[in-house]
Amino acid sequence: MTGGFLTLFEKEVMRFWKVSFQTVAAPVLSALLFLVIFSHALAGRVEAYPGVGYVQFLVPGLAMMSMLQNAFANASSSLIQSKITGNIVFILLAPLTPADLFAAYLAAAMVRAVVVGAGVVLAVAWLVPVPFPNLLWLAAFTVTGAGILGVLGIVAGLWAEKFDQLAAFQNFLILPLTFLAGVFYSVDSLPPFWRAASHLNPFFYAIDGFRYAFFGRADVSPWASLAIASATLCALSWLTLRLLRSGYKLRH
Amino acid sequence: MASPAVEVRDVSKRYGPLRALDGVSLSVEQGEFFALLGPNGAGKTTLISALGGLVRADAGTLRVLGRDVAAEYREARRLLGIVPQEVVFDPFFSVRETLELQSGYFGLRGNGAWIGELLERLSLGAKADANMRSLSGGMKRRVMLAQALVHRPPVIILDEPTAGVDVELRQALWRFMRELNAAGHTIVLTTHYLEEAQHLCGRIAMMKTGRIVALDSTRRLLADFSERVLRVKLESGALPAALAAGATVDAAGWHRIPVESAAQVETALARLREAGAAVAHLEVAEPELEEVFVKIMARQDAPAREDA
Ligand SMILES: Nc1ncnc2c1ncn2[C@@H]1O[C@H](COP(=O)(O)OP(=O)(O)OP(=O)(O)O)[C@@H](O)[C@H]1O
Ligand SMILES: [Mg+2]
Repeated sequence: MTGGFLTLFEKEVMRFWKVSFQTVAAPVLSALLFLVIFSHALAGRVEAYPGVGYVQFLVPGLAMMSMLQNAFANASSSLIQSKITGNIVFILLAPLTPADLFAAYLAAAMVRAVVVGAGVVLAVAWLVPVPFPNLLWLAAFTVTGAGILGVLGIVAGLWAEKFDQLAAFQNFLILPLTFLAGVFYSVDSLPPFWRAASHLNPFFYAIDGFRYAFFGRADVSPWASLAIASATLCALSWLTLRLLRSGYKLRH
Repeated sequence: MASPAVEVRDVSKRYGPLRALDGVSLSVEQGEFFALLGPNGAGKTTLISALGGLVRADAGTLRVLGRDVAAEYREARRLLGIVPQEVVFDPFFSVRETLELQSGYFGLRGNGAWIGELLERLSLGAKADANMRSLSGGMKRRVMLAQALVHRPPVIILDEPTAGVDVELRQALWRFMRELNAAGHTIVLTTHYLEEAQHLCGRIAMMKTGRIVALDSTRRLLADFSERVLRVKLESGALPAALAAGATVDAAGWHRIPVESAAQVETALARLREAGAAVAHLEVAEPELEEVFVKIMARQDAPAREDA
C-alpha cells in the first residue's frame, strides 16, 4: 500500500462526513423508527431468549442492519458518483495501486458503519436498557459484517453504470438479504425450510454474532458465525481485488 | 541515451468494430513542445488516455520517460501530468481541498507552497476556498490544470486545454506552458485552434481515424504543404508572363502568386508595375498550418493508393 491510500481514505471519510445529516443522522433516525414501530406492534411477543425482551432483542439487530446498509451505501455511492461525473479520472491517473483503492473504499465504508452503528446504539440506549456488550465480539462482527458489505459496495459501484442499476443491486440483493437475516426475529423461531435458508445467508451470521456480543447467546455459536463471516469477507475481498487489478469497468 | 519523454509503439485499440487507434507509433523527445492534431474522433484522446492508463491498449507499448505505462504504472504516472479534455470535478470539495487531495494521491503531503504557487499562477487565489461547484467552466479547467501539475510532472499532456477558455486565460496558459517548457518540461497538447499549435509547437503529429498521417517539425510541414502567397486583384491590365507561370486566379478575380520571401513580394509588385497593371487590392498570406492540415486530411481522403 502507498501513501496515496491514506489520502483516498481521508477523502472518502470527508465525503460522507460533509453530508453527515444524510449519511449518519438519517439512518440513525430510521433505525429508531423501526424500533418504535416494531416494539409497539410486537411488544406482546414472548421473550426471544430467556431474560431478553423482544425490544432489547431488536436493538443489536437494528444496529447491525444499519451498519450493513451504510457500509454498502458508502462504497457503492461514492464509486458510482465518481464514475458518472467522471472525476474518477483523478484517482485513476494517480499512482494508486488496486490494493490502495480497495483498502481506502473499504476502510471508509467501515468508518461510516461504525459511526452509524454507534449512533443507533447510543440513541436507543435512552429508550431501551441494553446490556454492555462484549467488546471483542462486538469488534469482530463489526469488522466482518461491515467489511462484507463494504466490499459488496465496491463490487456494486464498479459494476453499475447507472444509478438505477445500483438501486437494483441494492433492492434485489442487499435489502432482502439484510431483512431475511434475522434482524426482527430469532431464526430459530422460523419453520425448518426458512431456518435452513437463513443459514445460507452470510448476513445472518454477522447479525447473529453481533447479538451474541450483547446477550451472550445467539442462534449459532459465535465462533461458527465468525468463521463463516470471515471466510465470506476473504472470498469477496479476493474477488474484488481481482476485479480492481483487471481494471474492470474502470480502465477500458 | 536519454529515454524519449513519450514513446508509443504499434499501439492499437478497438471499440467493437471501430479502430480508435490503428497501429500508432510516435516518439516525443524530452524538452519538446509537441502538438497532436486531428479531426474529431481521430483518436487523440484515446491515445492520451492510453498513456495515462485510463484506457488499456489492445496491442503495442507505451512508455513515459522509459517507464512502461502498464508494467511500471506507478513510476509512469508520477512522471506524467494529464489535463483531461472533459471538464470534471468533485462537487464535495473546495479548490484547495481538491489540490491537496490530488497531491496526497501522489503521496505528497505538505505540498502547500507549490499549491499556493499554482493557485497564484492560474489566478485562482480568490477562489481557493470556494466549492468546485461554484466555479465557472473556465475556472474549473484551470483547477484541472493545477491538478495535473501538483506533482510537478516532467511530462505534461494537455487535451484541448483552451476549448471554451477566454483570450486572457488562453494567453496566460500558454505563457505558463512556455515557461515550464523552458524549465525542461515536455509539453504535448491537442487543440483545434491550429494557429496555437503553429506558434507554440516545434513538432506536430497529425492523426486521422486512429493513424498518424503526418509527423514532422512545424517548419517542415509548413514548407512542404503551405506557401507564402501574394494575392492581388487588378483594376486594369493583366499579369505579366513571368508571374502568370506559377499563379492561379479564382472566380472573383484574385490572382494567387506564390512568393518565397518578402523580397520576392517587391519583385512581383515591380513586375506588375512594369507591365502596366494597376493593383486594386493586395494582401500577403503567410504559410498557415490550417492549410497544411486541410491538405493532409484531404490527401487521406483520396481513394486507395499504393499504401492503402
Ligand atoms: N469508450 C468508448 N467506447 C466506444 N467508442 C469510443 C470510446 N471512446 C472513444 N471512442 C471512439 O474512438 C474514436 C476516437 O475517439 P477520441 O476521443 O480518441 O477522438 P479525439 O481525436 O480525441 O476527438 P476530439 O477531437 O473530438 O476530442 C471515436 O470514434 C470515438 O467515438
Ligand atoms: Mg479528444
